[in-house]
Amino acid sequence: MTEIMNYNVNEKGYYGEFGGAYIPEMLYPNVEELRQNYLKVMAEPEFQKEFDQLLKDYVGRPSPLYFAKRLSEKYNAKIYLKREDLNHTGAHKINNTIGQILMAKRLGKHRIIAETGAGQHGVATATVCALMGLECIVYMGEIDIKRQAPNVARMKMLGATVVPALSGSRTLKDATNEAIRDWINNPVDTHYIIGSAIGPHPYPDMVTKFQSVISEEIKWQLNEHEGRENPDYVVACIGGGSNAAGTYYHFLHEPDVNIIAVEAAGLGVDSGESAATSVLGKEGIIHGCKTLLMQTNDGQITEPYSISAGLDYPGVGPMHAHLCKTGRAEFMAITDDEAMKAGLKLCELEGIIPAIESSHALAIFEQKSFKPNDVVVVSLSGRGDKDLENYIEYFKI
Amino acid sequence: MDSCLRRNDKKMNRINQKLQEDKKLLSIYFTAGYPNINDTATIIQDLEKNGVDMIEIGLPFSDPLADGPTIQASSTQALKNGMTTEVLFEQLKDIRKSVSIPLIIMGYFNPMFQYGVDAFCKKCQEIGIDGLIIPDLPVDVYHEKYQTIFEKHGLINVFLITPQTSDERIHYIDSISNGFIYMVSSASTTGAKVGFGEEQTQYFERIGNMNLKNPQIVGFGISNNQTFTQATQYAKGAIIGSAFVKHVTNEGISNINHFISSILNHE
Repeated sequence: MTEIMNYNVNEKGYYGEFGGAYIPEMLYPNVEELRQNYLKVMAEPEFQKEFDQLLKDYVGRPSPLYFAKRLSEKYNAKIYLKREDLNHTGAHKINNTIGQILMAKRLGKHRIIAETGAGQHGVATATVCALMGLECIVYMGEIDIKRQAPNVARMKMLGATVVPALSGSRTLKDATNEAIRDWINNPVDTHYIIGSAIGPHPYPDMVTKFQSVISEEIKWQLNEHEGRENPDYVVACIGGGSNAAGTYYHFLHEPDVNIIAVEAAGLGVDSGESAATSVLGKEGIIHGCKTLLMQTNDGQITEPYSISAGLDYPGVGPMHAHLCKTGRAEFMAITDDEAMKAGLKLCELEGIIPAIESSHALAIFEQKSFKPNDVVVVSLSGRGDKDLENYIEYFKI
Repeated sequence: MDSCLRRNDKKMNRINQKLQEDKKLLSIYFTAGYPNINDTATIIQDLEKNGVDMIEIGLPFSDPLADGPTIQASSTQALKNGMTTEVLFEQLKDIRKSVSIPLIIMGYFNPMFQYGVDAFCKKCQEIGIDGLIIPDLPVDVYHEKYQTIFEKHGLINVFLITPQTSDERIHYIDSISNGFIYMVSSASTTGAKVGFGEEQTQYFERIGNMNLKNPQIVGFGISNNQTFTQATQYAKGAIIGSAFVKHVTNEGISNINHFISSILNHE
């Protein structure tokens, strides 16, 4: 008899050896306040009611679980797509920002800060701040601001102040540093809405729980389609890992369900231009948690690369580091080219333009064979509108 | 508790000796490898020569979360210059032949973690480093996992407190500390604010009245003689970081004496 491993966070904030809260003392009161309150607040019936109501009426949940017939025929498996791309603002990110804005209000905060890479989390944060009438400041790398002009415009229209991160490589990692510095300088009235399943405890757990609505819905939706709650496989792309965390959550302790995590290989895992953290990363500390991250031998955090801005992060959430280390999840790496082709294929076969992040998850069917009766649920985490320019450039459309 | 009272036969740590001196202490932070890779030993020697009591040698990190633009920029440049943990240790290996004041390495945890905490501490001891300041190594993790390693190598770990730190936590930090407490003057990153207002003096007084076993040294917001005098009215000493790094950026390392005498008002 083998003991069933626990994949959830423990009372000290760790997933196995990963997680914790490696933060400067200046952040301790903020993070501690959140740690002491988040579970209590989330358990309040009033909170749950408001959260569920907004997810239904404002976000448009439940998102469909769609049986992709032509894709299934092509790859000879039963492929379902969890349509997070149909959410308001176009991705799964809003599940978390709705939850955190309600949390911030319960904690009496009236100033919201966030980091963003491609701008999806920034837009989702600006959206809920507008909804609640709260001040919103979004940190975004100077380079990303130039690359993602439409999302910058969206955030501004929604009333957010977009502050360029000018330090380091001027991308997501540096935007996160700037948001953390803002929080250090504004310790009393500000809540930091982290957009991924990273950061100091309790963030990875809190974000995972807000995103877990994805797998909660998959269970009953799959039951309607297939007469069973558990698929054979759940598949999601991983940058920091929030859509993956939500997609896996209710299946973590279901041994029949295989978990596949898809990382961005960029130009190739060994090319020097990659974001495949599970292969290239080592244990270390990034943005307040112990996890796997890409770094030099000297412990300096390095710059990842992926065509997809949402996967272009040098670390991975601590829960995923644990799933990797324990072997609970199978990690696969997909290159830019493979992802772009898979994205176009979905357009052709199913009439859906996916976000390039999600295209990585779709690309595994070219690499891995399934049995005809295997039920494979893929998280289609976002829609491709934001990536049109990339698609146009890549395919010379 | 008895592990906190490090009374063994070895001679007293230089930090503890310095803290017993009947004077207000000036501690200076600089980023190792900045402005030039080989400035480290020269800066340390000059600081001592000009009357500085204690030095924090900044081990640069790619993502210094608690630092403002000045120290970030110096860290980025130092890394570009080729600074690494290994290089720093090499530069410091003979430092004790010429320098006798306490030397503290200040840096983020990841580079130390990659070097190996035990190996890092051992190397510090060999060189004659007296203490470490690691802003993102939390007190409880240190206490649980690393305190015995630090103590085995005779290193003092210095913790930060801020105006938001609760009395209960300050007492806990005091109980774990065995050198001094780094009293961050306001909730901010380094170099963000200059000078002290009512809020700071109240906070300094509050801490002063807590009768802590460890003396306090104030950091953040000190840049000149006025702020140094203000801070040391309430505390054993004060630390200057960003203002010194700015001075070095603007004037190079040949005029360190000007900067220090302007702080100590020798002119």
